[in-house]
Amino acid sequence: MSATRQKGAADRGLIAPTDWKRPSVRWSTRIAHGLLLACLAIAGLGPMLWLLKAATTPTQDTLRQPMALWPNGFDFANLVEAWTRVEIDKYFFNTVALAAGSWAVQLLVAATGGFALAVLRPRIGKVLSGAVLATLFVPSVVLLVPLYLTVLDPPLLGTSLLNTFWAVWLPAGASAFNVLLMQRFFANLPREIFEAAKVDGAGPYRLFWSIVLPMSRPIIGVVSVFAVIASWKDFLWPMLVLPDPNLQPLSVRLPILQQYVELDVFLAALAISSLIPIALFLVFQRMFLGGASLGGAIKG
Amino acid sequence: MTTHDTRPAGVTGTRARPLPAARPGRPGGLLARARGGLPTLVFLAPMLVIFGVFSWLPIGRAVVMSFQRTNLVTDPQWVGLANFQQVFADPLLWTAVQNTAYFAVLALLFGYPIPLVAAILMSEVRKMRGLFSALAYLPVVVPPVVAVLLWKLFYDAGEDGVFNTILGWVGIGPVAWLQGADIVMPALVLEATWAAAGGTVIIYLAALTGVDPSLYEAAEIDGAGVWHKLWHITLPQLRGILLITFILQIIGTAQVFLEPFLFTDGGPANRTLTLLLLIYRYAFTNSLGGDYGAAAALSLLLAGVLSVFSALYFRLTRSWSSS
Repeated sequence: MSATRQKGAADRGLIAPTDWKRPSVRWSTRIAHGLLLACLAIAGLGPMLWLLKAATTPTQDTLRQPMALWPNGFDFANLVEAWTRVEIDKYFFNTVALAAGSWAVQLLVAATGGFALAVLRPRIGKVLSGAVLATLFVPSVVLLVPLYLTVLDPPLLGTSLLNTFWAVWLPAGASAFNVLLMQRFFANLPREIFEAAKVDGAGPYRLFWSIVLPMSRPIIGVVSVFAVIASWKDFLWPMLVLPDPNLQPLSVRLPILQQYVELDVFLAALAISSLIPIALFLVFQRMFLGGASLGGAIKG
Repeated sequence: MTTHDTRPAGVTGTRARPLPAARPGRPGGLLARARGGLPTLVFLAPMLVIFGVFSWLPIGRAVVMSFQRTNLVTDPQWVGLANFQQVFADPLLWTAVQNTAYFAVLALLFGYPIPLVAAILMSEVRKMRGLFSALAYLPVVVPPVVAVLLWKLFYDAGEDGVFNTILGWVGIGPVAWLQGADIVMPALVLEATWAAAGGTVIIYLAALTGVDPSLYEAAEIDGAGVWHKLWHITLPQLRGILLITFILQIIGTAQVFLEPFLFTDGGPANRTLTLLLLIYRYAFTNSLGGDYGAAAALSLLLAGVLSVFSALYFRLTRSWSSS
């Protein structure tokens, strides 16, 4: 889907067009593709379909015949019960709030920082880019303990950020990947437009808000989608800095719920937790797949 | 964050090189006015503050802490190499090193060939390639905690566990996936591979579309068959990206935490105790209060080993972008 191939001469891969005309080649690739599709469907979709089924059937069904195709009965009340009695709603909205804040901080830092480095180009820009890039190569494990202590006693603030959403929001902003991605995108925008805007009397703020940002929707979309998904996935960090159960997101709460909630309701909670990321993926598929290939090809 | 880091242009930059505005080839002039000055500072401020407080400062602090005894109550004490000595004296360290290495090797065995084969097959798909990609990528967007908890049910040791039911169809007895000392690590790696392989497939797929078709055409004129082209054109063309995913996977699996923590909490009998789990225990589940010094020391040791791979990754991506 991404980088769609043009029809015609370039529309070819490993297998030669002349080979495609041979029935033996056509059939063996067809069979290989059919097998691959079946494997992908079982591996990719299977577990999620199982979850969907198990979340809407009674516990005993899932325990006795986990692989039964058709359940003995439906129990949609699981979903309601998980949402209300187990208070999944609270943890769900905590997750949303954490994702929204992380998104806002990441976007603010990456957009302004990338703009300054790529468009305004201060003299210390190279040094700063280097310092940002360097953090990309420091394994995240190094940050775990000192970052935790920083949150307990942040400089100049005088009050601990523990048990506040800021403890998740602010560190999320320090994403070198985002800054470099934005910086590269901005640097590739045609500079003549900036010059023309300058001639028309636009200052840096106006240049940023009215020209660069509107031109950067694609990259803002990619960064946004990945910010939300990454926040939704996060586990260890929110577990450390949000010990108060009332503030915890789904990811932190689910392992604890497993210990005291009946299986069918627990499975319903799992299904609810995967809903938003999967929905986002289905809606913004191209952005996901395009962004995912960036992961391997980021060039500093 | 103190203000000296945010001082605008001129202080750190001028000594080393001539004024950039004088450099030829850049449409300078008007924009030159914008360098330095208040607006630049305003735009740089969020990045400087956030990276300063939550990235640069903690990285420096990690180094300092590894030589200190910190307990958050009294002032930190300098203890020299005592933290490192303590880490090396811990018999669990070697268990954790072995387990982490075992996880990494298994993850390569499971997770390296499968995405490559899948991507090469998918690159020849003419219709519905989007469907293939979407199915492959779906597990990647499932929240990891949900995935692990779901797989924990799949791995149920009873006869009615999901995987054991399937094995029962072909007459294989129930397997104690997460309780058996020898099967537990492959079980963890299997789930981790399921969760991550889709991302690798997409990376390979993008690289495959970048292979110049004329190379294939030239080979065909020389009478090369599909396997020949695969071995002599496709794979060599993917060499760089294969090396990069290899490095990224090593860096990732060396820091594996979620699977051993949620599946087994390091058990049975420390068979899945990984380095990250050990660091976590040093710092956060110590009944005597967090041993932050030892945790920082072990983190740095691990980072030191991984920096070899990071440096390699850096050189690879750099040399590519300049060519």
